[in-house]
Amino acid sequence: MAEPLFTSEEQKKFDAGIAEIISHYPPDRKSAGMLPALRLLQEIKGWLPPEGLRLVAKHLEVTPERAMEVASFYVMYHLKKPGKYVIDVCTNLSCSLWGAEKMLAYLEEKLGLKAGEANEKFTLRETECLASCGTAPCLQINEDHHESLTQAKLDAILAKLS
Amino acid sequence: MASTAKAIEPIISAAWGKPQSWTLDSYRKRGGYEALKKALQMEPAAIIDEVKKSNLRGRGGAGFPTGLKWSFVPKDSPKPKYLAVNGDESEPGTFKDRYILEDDPHMMLEGIAIAAYALGVHTCYVYLRGEFKFPAERTQAAIDEAYKAGIFGKKVLGKDYELNCYLVRGAGAYICGEETALLESLEGKKGWPRLKPPFPAVVGLFGCPTVVNNVETLASVPAIFQQGAEAYAKLGTDKSGGTRLVCLSGTVNRPGVYEVSMFTTLSELIFDDKYGRGMPAGRKVKAVIPGGSSAPVLGADELDVAMEFEALKVKQTMAGSGGVIVMDDATCMVRSLWRVARFYAEESCGQCTPCREGTPWQTRLLRKIEEGRGEPGDIDMLSNVASSIAPYPPIGLGNTICALGDAAALPTHSFLMRFRDEFEAHIREHRCPFGDKPWGSFGDWS
Repeated sequence: MAEPLFTSEEQKKFDAGIAEIISHYPPDRKSAGMLPALRLLQEIKGWLPPEGLRLVAKHLEVTPERAMEVASFYVMYHLKKPGKYVIDVCTNLSCSLWGAEKMLAYLEEKLGLKAGEANEKFTLRETECLASCGTAPCLQINEDHHESLTQAKLDAILAKLS
Repeated sequence: MASTAKAIEPIISAAWGKPQSWTLDSYRKRGGYEALKKALQMEPAAIIDEVKKSNLRGRGGAGFPTGLKWSFVPKDSPKPKYLAVNGDESEPGTFKDRYILEDDPHMMLEGIAIAAYALGVHTCYVYLRGEFKFPAERTQAAIDEAYKAGIFGKKVLGKDYELNCYLVRGAGAYICGEETALLESLEGKKGWPRLKPPFPAVVGLFGCPTVVNNVETLASVPAIFQQGAEAYAKLGTDKSGGTRLVCLSGTVNRPGVYEVSMFTTLSELIFDDKYGRGMPAGRKVKAVIPGGSSAPVLGADELDVAMEFEALKVKQTMAGSGGVIVMDDATCMVRSLWRVARFYAEESCGQCTPCREGTPWQTRLLRKIEEGRGEPGDIDMLSNVASSIAPYPPIGLGNTICALGDAAALPTHSFLMRFRDEFEAHIREHRCPFGDKPWGSFGDWS
């Protein structure tokens, strides 16, 4: 038999989360909870495994294709298991004016990864504007913002990631 | 330049940076939720009239009069009505709503409660871009406080009026800042904009009348009822009341979010001691984008213009989302436009052909020119591609369902209008005249 998707702890978290999400919408509009439900699944599993997508679809009373359509449209959902730390570097205009491209090159060199590549520990991506233009350059590590980055600051942040 | 810009009394940003400014306690000590109390004693129609009189205009980008938008919601509809708050803030150069959500979320929540009561709304969804983890935490904490304090829930400040407010986080899609794409996303779908009409005020969320307002717009509402609509209107111009937040970024000494009057000029924002404090030593302004990356770029000799909807319209550009991006004389315009074009290609939702095909085409042509492979005719081709997505001027002639097409074409048109010689130099010299330093060198990574 295939390994179950959730541990019993995870199952509890998922069930409670889904119930809460569905309660925010009209009873005949359960499918509106798709984005929060996918976020919940990703919080628990770290990505969106196919059997998880099917489960979300079942709870929201839509086809699995619909869940996949949404999951593949938005860049923050991981359809493949990412590295433990997902690093999203903004290289948009305001950040590039403060050296973001050089910061990305530095990261590529340091992590031994090109933007768009991943290993077990890191996924490195170039991303679009993160609304930190006044505190450029910036990046996110697993959704945590780091701003006004200097090389020293970035080294200190990376040193803490085990 | 010393400070000569007229000082204003900040409204929205008054408490930012003060201890615990995001808590209900702090907000109440500053007179928070008193405006809601006043509004709850008024007739809903009278509230909408006040907002109309205040001349408040939407702060998300389009600058539509808020009171007028509210008045489009049909009063006799048997369907439920919804309020959707647009906190998708993703337009490059824009980072103001984030500070409201982080530093004073109750100001927005009070605006939500006033708007909801005026519109007959019982359910509000606050849609924040997925990347806003910390702003979402602060906002959710404020919503929880508001429920506990009887501001949301079965009653609003003791009045028999049920109001629920839910926070929803997006998942990384610029297009969801477009109001109908936001509604699609709120309905649990991919963010594909809808054809208008019908407008959301009539057919919005779940097919019901819906008002979509920006975070800053709603945060501006309480002041209208504290100061009175006329006093609020008087702070601004004849057609645009109140104060506004602008976001200054790029090559200036002091980037940041500043609350300014509608009369503050771009040059004051960049050079005044109260704001940007000018350019780094030895640098000059070359170009300024005045309202988020989609707003047509201005040259250095065009900065004596108020950062206000009508004044910027005269210059064939727009106040947009308040994102002012400054580029200095060491910055390559081709490289800058290429980066902006890449953004729109990346974020095009793929629904309309001109945008889906045109945005990557622009990007490829710009890359070719920047990398020194440009040929005679490429500039005309680029201009042609941009025109096929959306001709210009004026703004708003796009061949696409939503304004992302215009947003993608306007930078190309305006960069070519003002900096064509730089594009030509790239082609003539078969290289970028800025060599391997297209971004100048500024900051720690120079």
